[in-house]
Amino acid sequence: MRLTTAGSARNIEEAIVGRITTQNLPDATRGQYIRFFAEGEAPILDFAGYRAILSHADLATDYPVVDRLRESEHFRDGDVVVVERDGFVRSLYRSYERHHSLFVTERCSSNCLMCSQPPKDKDDVESLTKRNQELIRLMSPAPEYLTITGGEPTLLGDHLFELIDQLKTSLPNTELHMLTNGRTFAWPEYTRQFAAIEHPNLCLGVPLYSDCAGDHDYVVQAKGAFDQTVAGLHQAARNGIRVEVRVVLHRLTIPRLTRLVEYIYRNLSFVEHVALMGLEYVGYTPRNIAELWIDPFDYQAELERAVNYLVMRNMTVSIYNHQLCVLRQSLWPYAQKSISDWKNLYLTECEKCSALEDCGGLFKWAVKKHSEHIHPL
Amino acid sequence: MARSFYPIENFAPAPQQVSLLPFRFTRFFGQELLVNEAGEFIFAPEGTAYSLLEGAVDVRSLLYKDLKAKHIVYDETSSALLDVLATKIRTKYDHLSGGTKLHIFVVTLRCEHSCHYCQVSRQTASKGEFDMSRETADRSISLMLDSPSPHVTLELQGGEPLLAFDMIQYIVPKAKEQARIRNKGLDIVVTTNLACATDEMLTYFRDEEVRISTSLDGPAFLHNKNRPRPGNDSYERAIDGIERGRAILGHSNVAALMTTTAASLDHVEEIIDEYVRRDFHTIFLRPISPYGFALKTKNRTGYEMERFLEFYKQGLAHILNINRSGYRLAEIYSQILLSKILTPQGTGYVDLQSPAGGAWNVLVYNYNGDVFASDESRMLAEMQDWTFRLGNVHKDNRRSLFTSEAALRMFEVSCNQSLAGCSDCAFQSYCGADPIYHHATQGDMYGHRPTSGFCTRNMEVIKHLFSFIQEDNPETMGIFWSWLTGRPLPQKGGTCD
Ligand code: SF4
Ligand code: SF4
Repeated sequence: MRLTTAGSARNIEEAIVGRITTQNLPDATRGQYIRFFAEGEAPILDFAGYRAILSHADLATDYPVVDRLRESEHFRDGDVVVVERDGFVRSLYRSYERHHSLFVTERCSSNCLMCSQPPKDKDDVESLTKRNQELIRLMSPAPEYLTITGGEPTLLGDHLFELIDQLKTSLPNTELHMLTNGRTFAWPEYTRQFAAIEHPNLCLGVPLYSDCAGDHDYVVQAKGAFDQTVAGLHQAARNGIRVEVRVVLHRLTIPRLTRLVEYIYRNLSFVEHVALMGLEYVGYTPRNIAELWIDPFDYQAELERAVNYLVMRNMTVSIYNHQLCVLRQSLWPYAQKSISDWKNLYLTECEKCSALEDCGGLFKWAVKKHSEHIHPL
Repeated sequence: MARSFYPIENFAPAPQQVSLLPFRFTRFFGQELLVNEAGEFIFAPEGTAYSLLEGAVDVRSLLYKDLKAKHIVYDETSSALLDVLATKIRTKYDHLSGGTKLHIFVVTLRCEHSCHYCQVSRQTASKGEFDMSRETADRSISLMLDSPSPHVTLELQGGEPLLAFDMIQYIVPKAKEQARIRNKGLDIVVTTNLACATDEMLTYFRDEEVRISTSLDGPAFLHNKNRPRPGNDSYERAIDGIERGRAILGHSNVAALMTTTAASLDHVEEIIDEYVRRDFHTIFLRPISPYGFALKTKNRTGYEMERFLEFYKQGLAHILNINRSGYRLAEIYSQILLSKILTPQGTGYVDLQSPAGGAWNVLVYNYNGDVFASDESRMLAEMQDWTFRLGNVHKDNRRSLFTSEAALRMFEVSCNQSLAGCSDCAFQSYCGADPIYHHATQGDMYGHRPTSGFCTRNMEVIKHLFSFIQEDNPETMGIFWSWLTGRPLPQKGGTCD
């Protein structure tokens, strides 16, 4: 499933966020909408009141428009898209999905060796905040799950508090997840302010890669990060903020995995969920693959030990991004179908597989690098 | 512009200066066991503590990483995370916050049994003389609720409290009403031998949500030997009471405790099998307490602690076998200690705490209004030893009880952190202090660990449990964890490793 398309843009001063409609709406109700003319459809030239026009066909108009769209079959009525000045049209929200995300910044205070979304040092905070505020206004029906992601969301400063406050007011029943390196939460005052928003359904997803400061700091490429993250997790818990710990499994994290979960149990027993995640072959990973790669087949013993360690202690644990044919069968109950549909893919072998229904499959970028042991069950 | 990556040396330089955090250690079957201030432990090669002191430990070794992650050492390359250590220690001591939780009311000293080891009961007395009065009950309830704890447990005890059932019927509604007014949680338990429990009484307990704790010392021959009563039918009456109690109150609201007498020592498996036969899922292998009449009649009921420890170990082995066969049966004392050793939490168990649980976590209100620091203190008083009487409900308030001479003398020696023997004991964070025990057995509250039954028992039980942990058999550990979490027992063959 695709998320972006492009065409030629005119009359667009700054990025426009709006909802797709294929209907001719009454003038008074056009305010939130972007009128989209699908392939083969002849545009009706009544554009007044729409935020923008999207069209396959050439269109001469003074209204903001992207025409000669390359692809558009993925648009549905009610989708929220952003139309960039350069003619890029990106889908931000698609009502029929259960999982949605709010991408808040490309900046980050860490630089993890296997980051799937490598950080960029550019100031995108104001523009993305504005876009996200509008996006939240337009999300309807309210999503079941929404993930705030980046980059590092806490770098937004006060804008993050504004966004969460807005979410609390306009989407109070949406289960909110925020992926953060947790370091900013080491500051008691920051965490107090964050907690004071009192979002009713918010959980932080925080990565921890070792029980040893130096090893963790190396993986996230930031000195002092371990101390800040652990302190941040404690501050969060002390202020009643729910937290989940996420561990990406690779050659640097596998050797001390059991000790890491032991550390989590003894030092961070308040975490409500531990997610053990397969490596994604995207972002920085290809660059550092020599150092990171271990075939998941080769770490099943460690994975099983870590999962059992947590399960025996009544901790909730899940395995993400792993194929059933590579996982030991005792681990299947913990494997989640976690890859969102636009990112996931099955190999040709999978067509013959009896577990296809229950298997999460692979990330689409995993075609280039995946376990040698994938085989139909 | 893409950022650069840096090598591991930039993030994990070799430390120059290794600093120690508080820890204690002991030799342990070919290894060394190091325990930090929060009770986290690590098995290390012998000599590890020494090389830490000498500064000779290899900072590049995996062991060094383990020691650092376990809050035993730290160095200048990263923060010691002392806040995190402090939180862990605070969690272990959580039972201290809030104040006294367990309040034992001795509603009567009368009893129809004449157990050899019983310290206090009066079989011959007529009604009235040894019963709690309404005024005393009122004052006791009020003092109980003066405890800052938001939730208290009231234990109705005797003698045999059912002989003063009218008093129970007075106390229960009164305590509930007062607790409601003061906005406190209240649990009520009655400790009874069930010999004279009528269905009406049991129905009353059901309606008032009072749980039952009873005595079951083992199979009939043993139970009846330990617990003589007219008709020699203590066992039959207890079993009948347990069955009826379960039928009326629900299975989980009837618990049983056993006492190990000299006669019990050769029958641990029969005792345990009796608990299984009676469908109990917990058993507490408890030594006899060396107080009151039990101390006097030592030759009839008493024994050396070493003999009890054999009994305990043999019993635990049998219990583990029963669990392996699929029947869940937890041994309570082991469960308490394992929880202290293996989990980040503390336990509320009064007899294994530092500061000692007396007064801080339990208060006993005698039938005549005297307030004691523990049930054992009251038994001593029955032998004219008033050392641990903190005061009387008719003269004292919570403050004067806690600042009485008796209380202050006891508090001074209540922390094993500062007792000779305990202060450098590897097991200190799992163990407790017990000034009352040491006063009773050694004539000195401070106590002498090398000859102390309390120390002998705990040191040996803790070592025994650690030997299972060191062995790390997945099935055994799975059973232990199932006791700690309530999760199902491991499948045959073990699934935990
Ligand atoms: S063969 Fe494909 S569908 Fe089957 S378990 Fe493996 S990855 Fe999943
Ligand atoms: S009583 Fe014995 S086992 Fe317990 S802490 Fe003291 S010395 Fe150690």
